[in-house]
Amino acid sequence: METAAFYIFAAITVVGSIGVIGQRNPMHSVMLLITSFGGLAGLYVLLDAPFSAVTQIIIYAGAIMVLFLFVVMLLNASREEPSPRGLLRPGSMKYGVVISVLLAIEAVWAISRLGPARFDETTGEEVSSVANIGRSLFTTHAFAFEATSILILVAMVGAVVLARKEH
Amino acid sequence: MVPLNYYLALSGVLFAIGTAGVFLRRNLITVMLSIEIMLNAVNLTFVAVGRYAGTVDGQIITFFVMTVAAAEAAVGLAIVIALFRHKETLSPEAYTSLKW
Repeated sequence: METAAFYIFAAITVVGSIGVIGQRNPMHSVMLLITSFGGLAGLYVLLDAPFSAVTQIIIYAGAIMVLFLFVVMLLNASREEPSPRGLLRPGSMKYGVVISVLLAIEAVWAISRLGPARFDETTGEEVSSVANIGRSLFTTHAFAFEATSILILVAMVGAVVLARKEH
Repeated sequence: MVPLNYYLALSGVLFAIGTAGVFLRRNLITVMLSIEIMLNAVNLTFVAVGRYAGTVDGQIITFFVMTVAAAEAAVGLAIVIALFRHKETLSPEAYTSLKW
């Protein structure tokens, strides 16, 4: 049952991601990426990480992707200029294919060299507890958490400055 | 439960799809979406390994990666808008003035 769920979510994620890079309309790319994030959220649930699953949906699919959608609509970029060479960039294309296929083969090969690493079923309760995450986030990782707020502030100011029209 | 290896292999495949997108596509928005795919592949690794180690640290670092992704998307899309204003195109080939 759980294995079947893993394969279904993995298929949604991989097919969605391939769809993102496989077709022309950026609007469809964003939609497919949201689908792919839904599959990832399912995988997080299988990994006893409901907090990550929910933040994945709310923040990633809900907020970041909406930002992308806004920009796609704002630039009216769904009309990508047609090119005789198709979707792909000319020169770098063959190297890109070679490098990514090699990367995938290498990653899968390296991982298959490990013996099967089984999860410890007894720690599920402890890991999935949002209370534990909150405690760890605001005590052990408190400095990183505060640094994050500065990062967000800088990004916000940067985005406003960059996108502003010059007078 | 499905062994850790399956999650790591899936994450490797997702990361490779992301790199393929960055190398292959000639649209700035799609290139940024491919970067998001790569960030999510790494997130999956963090959550899976954190679960394997029996700690919540994997999920916490996922949270930070999401924050950085949000900041990256905001700044990156602002740059895309500023670039689009100059040349009215999203093709990366149009923006080569910094090329040496």
